[in-house]
Amino acid sequence: MIPEIGQFSLILAFCFAIVQGTLPLMGVWKNQATLTNLAVPAARAQFVFIVIAFICLDYSFYANDFSVLYVASNSNSHLPLAYRLAALWGGHEGSMLLWVSILAVWTMAVTMFVKDLPESFRIRLIAVMGMVSIGFLAFIIFTSNPFERLIPAALDGRDLNPLLQDPGMVFHPPVLYMGYVGFSVAFAFAIAALLDGSLDIAWARWTRPWTTVAWVFLTLGIAFGSKWAYYELGWGGWWFWDAVENASFMPWLVGTALIHSLAVTEKRDAFKVWTVLLSICAFSLSLLGTFLVRSGVLTSVHAFATDPGRGLFILIYLIVVIGGALLLFALRAPTVGLGEKFDVVSRESMLLANNVVLVAAAGSVLLGTLYPLLMDSLGAGKISVGPPYFDAVFVAIMAPGLFLMGLGPLAKWKKASLPEIGTRLRVAAVISVFSALLIPFAMGKITLMTAVGVFLGIWVVSTTLILLRNRIKTRQAATPTLLENIKGIPLAFYGMLLAHLGIGVFILGVTLVKGYESEQDVRMEVNDVAKVGNLSFLFKGVQEIAGPNYLSSQGTFSVLSNSKEITVLHPEKRFYPVQGSVMTEADIQPGVVKDLYVSLGEPLENGAWSVRIYIKPFVQWIWAGAIIMALGGILALSDRRYRIVNRKAAKEAQEAFEA
Amino acid sequence: MNRMAKFLIPLALFLIAVGFLFKGLFLDPHEVPSPLVGKPAPVFQAPILGEVGKTFNSADMKGQVWLLNVWASWCGACRDEHPVLMDMAKTGQIATYGLDYKDTDAEAQAVLAANGNPYKKVATDADGKIGINYGVYGVPETYIIDKAGVIRYKQIGPITDEILFTKIVPLLKELQR
Amino acid sequence: MKKLLILLLLALNIFFSTNLAFAGEAKPLAEDPVLEARLKAMSQELRCLVCQNTTLADSSAPLAEDLRKEIREQLRAGKTDKEVIDYLVARYGDFVRYRPPLKASTVLLWLGPFALLLIGGFGLFLQLRRRQTMAGDAPLTEEEVRKVRELLNK
Repeated sequence: MIPEIGQFSLILAFCFAIVQGTLPLMGVWKNQATLTNLAVPAARAQFVFIVIAFICLDYSFYANDFSVLYVASNSNSHLPLAYRLAALWGGHEGSMLLWVSILAVWTMAVTMFVKDLPESFRIRLIAVMGMVSIGFLAFIIFTSNPFERLIPAALDGRDLNPLLQDPGMVFHPPVLYMGYVGFSVAFAFAIAALLDGSLDIAWARWTRPWTTVAWVFLTLGIAFGSKWAYYELGWGGWWFWDAVENASFMPWLVGTALIHSLAVTEKRDAFKVWTVLLSICAFSLSLLGTFLVRSGVLTSVHAFATDPGRGLFILIYLIVVIGGALLLFALRAPTVGLGEKFDVVSRESMLLANNVVLVAAAGSVLLGTLYPLLMDSLGAGKISVGPPYFDAVFVAIMAPGLFLMGLGPLAKWKKASLPEIGTRLRVAAVISVFSALLIPFAMGKITLMTAVGVFLGIWVVSTTLILLRNRIKTRQAATPTLLENIKGIPLAFYGMLLAHLGIGVFILGVTLVKGYESEQDVRMEVNDVAKVGNLSFLFKGVQEIAGPNYLSSQGTFSVLSNSKEITVLHPEKRFYPVQGSVMTEADIQPGVVKDLYVSLGEPLENGAWSVRIYIKPFVQWIWAGAIIMALGGILALSDRRYRIVNRKAAKEAQEAFEA
Repeated sequence: MNRMAKFLIPLALFLIAVGFLFKGLFLDPHEVPSPLVGKPAPVFQAPILGEVGKTFNSADMKGQVWLLNVWASWCGACRDEHPVLMDMAKTGQIATYGLDYKDTDAEAQAVLAANGNPYKKVATDADGKIGINYGVYGVPETYIIDKAGVIRYKQIGPITDEILFTKIVPLLKELQR
Repeated sequence: MKKLLILLLLALNIFFSTNLAFAGEAKPLAEDPVLEARLKAMSQELRCLVCQNTTLADSSAPLAEDLRKEIREQLRAGKTDKEVIDYLVARYGDFVRYRPPLKASTVLLWLGPFALLLIGGFGLFLQLRRRQTMAGDAPLTEEEVRKVRELLNK
């Protein structure tokens, strides 16, 4: 019964999406309030029914209803509750439901928090989001129904892939999708503005916070995924340039460019056409990613059960949505004004230079991801494009951009002087060069890559700190105390500082771990000691323990430093009987300066085991950097300018005054 | 007009990309075509299944058109392919030789005894080295080798009736001439 | 000053250092660690043909083990890295390399992004220059500023 309610709810949601996506637009065109007034109620009704469908499916997981095919394929009665509920997004059909649910959440947010824009704009905004929803709901209902029944019902389910039975599964997909799907709002803003003809500063001011929120979620989502891969997969990697990872990274790069471009448009009413194009591209890349992972066109670790039939459906949907958006862009863009002037050297131009770098970087990722397909479809043979390509090209393209990060924020709006910027940054340059030689030397060896990486990381950090110092200094005369000085600086500024700082931390983490990580493959019998640097790893043996739905061989390693035990690690080799798969669960001792990472290999004779011991210096800085970036975004959002509360209070004050 | 043209570039690029993506729906990204097609088949010597002390030398096959079918007793898809191989053998016109890949003699012989033996001879490749030399990456795979000892075609995956009639038979006819 | 610098360097050294040594009772799994390091570096840039989303170094597929064994033997026999890779490419094609070789068909791949960067940078520069000579829109008039403020403060 419950699955049928869920199915019916989806169909109802689909009907409401159709209403939401079409009639209000007609209403704006024909100036008919009866039609435009449908927008918000239809959107909210869609939200309600999608939530009902989501609850119905998750209830089926909770209740172990194996008469639902999707539940039987992705769950099992012995699966712990949290994973049973998270298994909803463990497969293709359910993850599409998650997609659509999150789109509904964003749509709901738009109906609630976008209040003070011209009515026609607001209606168009909601209608565009409805159009996006129509396609996805149609896709689910007609090709990927999660409520399909399995008759006769299975006695028990096929279990969730053991790799996914991890807390990461609970957080990574929803947070990632919040980001991915969140760019649909910026997209809708762009389309509404193109339809309206109202591309201006107010539009940029409105689009920016929505873009930033989506960007924060995407940053965190990608960081979660990377961290999860690091501790789950057993060989210490954290980024593979896999097609699906690239599919989430490209929108991130373009989204970052968009945030910076919006700053120029907001300030100078300029480069509006470019900003609109970026808004369309960010979400288009999200959609493209959805296609790539589900169509069977590329191989990927994360690829869902691929089906060219479904692929065709999504492709047609892409043509309609992205093609339509780009066509609208081509038609309306020529009418948009040029905006105010600014110099060839100015903060505006630096921000746009950032855009060039980020877009070229996104382009390189797209090119590398699609190139094998390109060559194969032209009959030019089959190649693989993997980390060696991406690492080389992506880093080479980003490097100049990272260097510019130091100059941009210091440049004055409208007209800046390079020599002046240079003088202010002298100290940062010296510190960076010094560190680029000293730190690699201290770590054990200097290579070109580590020197350049450390230089860029310290450069970004030190230039950001100089920015802060400068800001405080210029305000010194006007503010009585330092505390007041600091408190008076807008949160948006601190947000920018933190976000840039996060990048610096990230770069240092990547450079140092890649340059200095070490791996030892050893054969250990009980009471053997492996010496790594000034640490000793003592193997104490393996015991068999049983988990809720697995059997585990759990190893015990005592890690000693100067004969004192600093930690005990318990890597496991788990056997999941339902799917018959063996998982390597490494154990990690994280640290600020390094991670200790031990993973069990295979059992050998005499109770010995092959063991892999990794030392990963500064690897946590990678995710710390990402979290700092996200915090920066959150701070920027908290800025006075965007406070809805403030605006409400101002309105109420105005009304009280007028009364 | 010129002004509008440059704004059409994103749409144009997108449509080009869509063209490739569409083509991609009909391709298989997992399939690894062999670079050995058109090159001489690597020469190998291997023990013959069921004939103790005898050696199969692929160089001896020069002068005739033959099929080398890579299979194993543990391979499910090979069972699917088996009836087609049997039909091919029955015609008496197709010379199929087997390469028993990473298998044990006992299990291989058991499978042939149970399901029939379509092969003129079966060479065994217990450690998989011959397979590596031939660029084998899965089973079953089949190579068609011509009179001069050059690989002319590689079938990745089981031979179906359709593949047999549309690809293999026409090619064999041509090579026999 | 010098002492301070030396102390600083020393402190940083201790803070950052992670030197490693093969020592102690646990024996390295590999017979020849130097060879193994070469194998590892090479196989991390090669693709497993069975589990096509892992490197040859990390894959647990039987073919991957066989290929690693084969590479090990060839390295032991004195082959250079290039010879081993050529051997594999001759049998499995360029597909097996995660680092795409630079040939006519991959020039676009390797140079494309840099071309994009240069074209983008140059295009931006030209566009910015053109802006200087074009009559840019006048800054918003008082009236327009008031209207915008009104809209935003509603």
